[in-house]
Amino acid sequence: MTQIKSAPARSGARIMGIGAYRPARIVTNDEIAPLIDSSDEWIQQRTGIEKRRFASDDETLDEMARLAASDAISDAGLNPEQIGVVLVATLTNPVQFPAVAPIVASKLGIPDPGAFDIGAACAGFVYALSTAADMVKSGSVEYALVIGAERMTDVLDFTDRGSAFIFGDGAGAMVVGPADFNGFGPVIFGSDGSQADAISMSSTWFDFRSGKIPEPPTLRMAGQQVFRWAVSEMVAVTQRALTAAGLEPKDLAAFVPHQANNRITDAIVKALDFPDTVAIARDIRESGNTTAATVPLALHALRSEGRAPSGAPALLLGFGAGLTYAAQVVALP
Amino acid sequence: MTAEEVMHEMAVILDEVAGVSADQVAMDKSFTDDLEVDSLSMVEVVMAAEDKFGVKIPDEEVKNLRTVGDAVNFIVKSS
Repeated sequence: MTQIKSAPARSGARIMGIGAYRPARIVTNDEIAPLIDSSDEWIQQRTGIEKRRFASDDETLDEMARLAASDAISDAGLNPEQIGVVLVATLTNPVQFPAVAPIVASKLGIPDPGAFDIGAACAGFVYALSTAADMVKSGSVEYALVIGAERMTDVLDFTDRGSAFIFGDGAGAMVVGPADFNGFGPVIFGSDGSQADAISMSSTWFDFRSGKIPEPPTLRMAGQQVFRWAVSEMVAVTQRALTAAGLEPKDLAAFVPHQANNRITDAIVKALDFPDTVAIARDIRESGNTTAATVPLALHALRSEGRAPSGAPALLLGFGAGLTYAAQVVALP
Repeated sequence: MTAEEVMHEMAVILDEVAGVSADQVAMDKSFTDDLEVDSLSMVEVVMAAEDKFGVKIPDEEVKNLRTVGDAVNFIVKSS
């Protein structure tokens, strides 16, 4: 048989840097509440959200992605020219094609990188990060740039009582590179397409194009169904990611779940009995649910608070529309 | 299990999951209006009840469970 040469595999990969971009405009619950006949108290009690950021017209998806990425590349101590592949996790690319990743890469001045988007909704960033880690470890690239970016306001119906108060805009990024130790545990991922309707668009763009519906489609979410799935399934997924990495809850420095709802986080933390020494990401209070951007934004916030010690293990968990999920233990940069 | 036994266990679940004190719980009490159990806590109550009583309470059934009595009767019937 003909021998096919492979790239020399590396012994390890690690996260080298984190970056964030939060839009300038802060939007309080009081601003959202009147359109959905709600209140600040009601929103906080059900979600933990106190405020979120809404992007302006100038804060486009690729611009927010570029700013977060630039921050992450600097944090990693690299230059854009060193990046070999760019992965963008998003569900709010305003066009069906081309992907955002090559555009962001060009604007960053990365010459000729591999570039593609990943569509796994709120789990997208963790999917993209684990893919990047595998690419570095396999020797396909030396440095990978992973971005989660969303303009959820582009797909929201501000009068929908089931979703309008939850989401926000923003972007976060990480750089993955070679390491002489193992900075990533095995990724645990999965999906349940039979529940695809639980979080989806109200109709297709084609229905709008053909005039079947008068308004463009917007996000719809069956909140209770998603809550039930997340609380019942993500406890086991989190446990599996820990076990796969050979760790126990007490070994973690931080737990960074997708910032969907503080009450989902509460349920997982309670079920797994995380000790107080584990920092629990609660960026949802400040940022709302930014879908694919929550995990890097929340980790960035934890580190800014001095609660993400370099080299210590953290568990990242993404879950959402699809339904999809992914969890992985990582060494903090 | 008798309705009384299920009702007693439901009171324990409501206390643990939603912080409702046992003396407030009665068959005719509405989860949302009387006991102030919100929609997400209701999901947690249902999940805890499924575990405790070994029954399945599908999402479409949950909205029919207005009172504690509705839930108790459903569980007695299903178990």
